[in-house]
Amino acid sequence: MLSKKQARAFFLGGTVVTFLIFIGLTVYSLGEAQDQTNIENMTESVVRGKVIWEQNNCMGCHTLLGEGGYYAPELTKVYDRKGANYIKTVVMSKTPWAPNGRQMVDYAMSEDEANDVVEFFKWIGEIDLNGFETVVSPLAETDNELE
Amino acid sequence: MKYKSQKVAYWFFALSMLLLTLQLVYGFIMGFAHAGADGLHEIIPFNTAKAVHTNLLVVWLLSGFMGAAYYIIPEESQHELVSVKLAYVQLISLALVGVAAIVGYHFNYWEGRKFLEIPRPLDYLVVVNVLTFLGIILVTLWKGKRRTTTALVLSMGLLFAALLYLPGMIEFDSQVMDSFFRWWVVHLWVEGVWELIMGGILSFLLIKLTGVDREVIEKWLYVIVGLTFLSGVLGTGHHYYYIGVNKIWLIVGGIFSALEPLAFLAMALFAVNMYRKGEKKHPNKIALYWTIGSAIVSFVGAGLLGFAHTLPQTNLYTHGTLVTAMHGHLAFWGAYAMIVFAIISYALPNMTGRKFYDSAMGRMAFWMSNIGMVGMTVAFGVAGVAQVYLERKMKLDFMFVQDEIEVHFWVLITMATLFSTGITLYIIEFIKHGKPTDEALEVSE
Repeated sequence: MLSKKQARAFFLGGTVVTFLIFIGLTVYSLGEAQDQTNIENMTESVVRGKVIWEQNNCMGCHTLLGEGGYYAPELTKVYDRKGANYIKTVVMSKTPWAPNGRQMVDYAMSEDEANDVVEFFKWIGEIDLNGFETVVSPLAETDNELE
Repeated sequence: MKYKSQKVAYWFFALSMLLLTLQLVYGFIMGFAHAGADGLHEIIPFNTAKAVHTNLLVVWLLSGFMGAAYYIIPEESQHELVSVKLAYVQLISLALVGVAAIVGYHFNYWEGRKFLEIPRPLDYLVVVNVLTFLGIILVTLWKGKRRTTTALVLSMGLLFAALLYLPGMIEFDSQVMDSFFRWWVVHLWVEGVWELIMGGILSFLLIKLTGVDREVIEKWLYVIVGLTFLSGVLGTGHHYYYIGVNKIWLIVGGIFSALEPLAFLAMALFAVNMYRKGEKKHPNKIALYWTIGSAIVSFVGAGLLGFAHTLPQTNLYTHGTLVTAMHGHLAFWGAYAMIVFAIISYALPNMTGRKFYDSAMGRMAFWMSNIGMVGMTVAFGVAGVAQVYLERKMKLDFMFVQDEIEVHFWVLITMATLFSTGITLYIIEFIKHGKPTDEALEVSE
């Protein structure tokens, strides 16, 4: 029968080994050669867009890369689906944007801020998501038919 | 003989109950908004309600864990806490930082990173607060007469939880990197080190409630936390399938997160078996309900429902849908909320001298909150599965689908009402116990 000492060795050994593998895989998958995000296209405008995304907690309602609030539409492919002008209209709106009744906060962003948000979405939309991009984005035509 | 400094725990538990109440209020705001009644939008938009709801959960659970540690560590190490005054300072500062963060969320003062919305300046205060807490616990343990496995596992869980907060404070320009390291905090907390805390509390309670020999219980504790880390650390990969990193995580995350239910299964079997084996049954039935209940519900919520959408083939469709909310609610409830309720139910009669060991209200609280939460989980599940089919398979528009599944949120609200009634009864029972006294601690065995 298993002794307490053996049980402890199992705990400590298992933890150390899996943690080392985890660190190794992290280093490997974040290496430049493995990049799936087109990091060279990540301009200053994209980074400013990310800051705006965070400052307003957009993730509190929307999802991006499948992460967020499940209350408002997934935005990973929003640039493809809706285009720059639509996005700008929404974030620059001075009254709550409410397609189909569900309200969004009226952010009333400036033209520059709106452009940064667009650039951010454009960059996000080009990331290789291991197949998720095909599932998460209803084709633009299907989407428009319903509106 | 009991230790007078254990009384500090009472106030951490009281703070827990207060924040839990607030958490439920914000949960209702979100439920109603989903059901189409978003009348509070101008004052409390959904993203505010969501940040408050999830952050209050984290803070009340942490307050509960800290209370548990302040209660358990003196008894396990046979030494009074080294500074009761400092513990009170830590309690007040925890409450202040928590409240400041929550208020800030109403004024767009946040970081907008799911679960880690606390803005950077307050992050540093959290770090100071947690270091103070750890200082008190670890020095007490150091000076104590004995160092038990239960105390070590509990303290190790608390220490690692503090360390793992740090990767969440690194700033990244890339959304993908940001997300990657955010999961180091969130996943490695709830599917890693928090399980050490849960295991430590569970082990303490089983020793007290069943009378089974400490050596037997602590041996199995090692096996369980061993299984947790063996599956949970590499299981982090299930968050990396579809966020823009290498495909290797599909394989690693898939295999190891499929093993995660084993740790929870082991925990449930362990708790039930220890209860069966125990010969000296403690009269505190309510504490036993919550203890065994926590082990079983966490297996269902965290283990089975987690497994339901953890394989890459399934997660491709469920990632970013309400299916996650289904799993999240029952998992947090079973694994963490219920274990905090268990330690409170055990500790309160000992600290206050009022022995409501098997009251009707206590049992009602247990059953109503559990049935309510299972009902909520089903409502989220039905809504989530419908969303997956309509939106992801049929490619229908997001808002079109949301209108279709609105009805499930009325079911959710009904079940949440039942759940909240149970919680209210629990809190009434908490208040009825009165304040802790030195005399009560001296006479309780």
